[in-house]
Amino acid sequence: MARSRFVGDAGLTARMTLVMFLLGAVFVGLIVGLMYAFRGSGIAILIGVGGIGFAVYQWYNSDKVAMKAMRAREVTPEEAPELHGMIDRLCALADMPKPRVGIADTAVPNAFATGRSPERSVVCVTTGILQTLTAEELEGVLAHELSHVAHRDVLVMTVAASAGITAGMLAQGAQYGAFFGGGRRDNNGGLPVWLVVLIVSIVTYAVSFVLLRILSRYRELSADRAGAHLTLNPGALASALQKISGDMSKIPQKDLRQVSAASALCIAPALKGSDISSLFATHPPLEKRLEQLAKIQAELGRPTI
Amino acid sequence: MGIWGALTGRTQPKQANLDSLFLVPSAAVALQTTIGFTPTGDGSVCYRAATGVAFDSVQSEVVELLRSTADTPEIRVSTDGFGYSWIEIDREPGADVEGLCTGLHAVNTSLESQGFGPGLLCTVIGFADASDRRLGLVYLYKQGTFYPFAPKGPEQRDNMLEIQARDVLSGELPIEQDLSRWLAVWGAPGL
Repeated sequence: MARSRFVGDAGLTARMTLVMFLLGAVFVGLIVGLMYAFRGSGIAILIGVGGIGFAVYQWYNSDKVAMKAMRAREVTPEEAPELHGMIDRLCALADMPKPRVGIADTAVPNAFATGRSPERSVVCVTTGILQTLTAEELEGVLAHELSHVAHRDVLVMTVAASAGITAGMLAQGAQYGAFFGGGRRDNNGGLPVWLVVLIVSIVTYAVSFVLLRILSRYRELSADRAGAHLTLNPGALASALQKISGDMSKIPQKDLRQVSAASALCIAPALKGSDISSLFATHPPLEKRLEQLAKIQAELGRPTI
Repeated sequence: MGIWGALTGRTQPKQANLDSLFLVPSAAVALQTTIGFTPTGDGSVCYRAATGVAFDSVQSEVVELLRSTADTPEIRVSTDGFGYSWIEIDREPGADVEGLCTGLHAVNTSLESQGFGPGLLCTVIGFADASDRRLGLVYLYKQGTFYPFAPKGPEQRDNMLEIQARDVLSGELPIEQDLSRWLAVWGAPGL
């Protein structure tokens, strides 16, 4: 039996599963809360279905939306032979279908992967990252992005975000008084229905926001790990991350705001949350990512028996 | 693993499939009798070299092992433009393909037994015909399938020959059905 040099992280898996479970619980809590508040009125169910429908739409069109947000265009193997050759080989190594390849014309060094399924996904890099990184480092970044595709991260994050999206829509509806006529009965003379809905929605939104960010950080670590095992060269990804994170903070704020919409899908966050606590970060701190990569490197280099 | 592994972000590296290499000798006979391509005696294994001393020592052990075999083939190690390493086994033209496959298999099993099986990309076995046209029979470890690769001049492929070879081989070997997986391995040693 061949031995494996795969470094698992049972703690990370357990924490990730717990967060996904909690997000599910938040969603169920929201539905139950609304059903209680409206007691049979159709409008809440309608908004709930609308929220889920919006999430499904986002997921289904994720490749087009993200490509548009980053102003990226798809490139053919003739236009970018090096990039395609790299991805061809990585996909053959990982035994996964080859995604489409895009290039975004911006100086911010970044890369992202999106799409509704591994068969219909797109991996996109910016011209900035092509100029900044060496071939080896770029390969590490591409392996990280391909791992996002293999892990179906767009699907997972959209499902995870659906409670938050629904709650956000409800909160807005409540602000504009959409429910004044909606609930025929008040809560036994207690709080008016719209206020209950507003409070429930805001609490749901806040809780799922924090949980989502935690989940996002865990999934980044997973993609780092799978990517490093794919190229068998954790050092290249580590030095790419260091280069990108260093450059990101140097680039003026104005360019960065334009790319913030797709931030959660990127290799490194395009917006630097300077003094917001790390609780709200979409990506784990650099030290943590480097620490994990160093662990993998040690395992790969462990002498043979 | 499967879906649950993907959803929890725990996909493990894909292991290589090593068994199909021994189907090559009978396929070589088919190539020779049908379209006149004979083995050049050259074969190579392409893989990702992992960082660290462990991999270096495994690699040099493999090279030592190959050099110490009875007919002492020439062994060369090189790195291509994509950062992949190649071990080339160069035997006399006309030497039996079984011996070549045994040598290639020795590389595979040595890497795999030390946990580097996921780094194996492909193996290429060289063929040539009387007019010195080249044909590589490429084996993809992860898919467990073969495809023909016929370089023609700088960065050009002889697609007609490749399709022809595919039709000859389809009865003998598992052929890669997805044409986008037919990697162009330019400058593969031994082609």
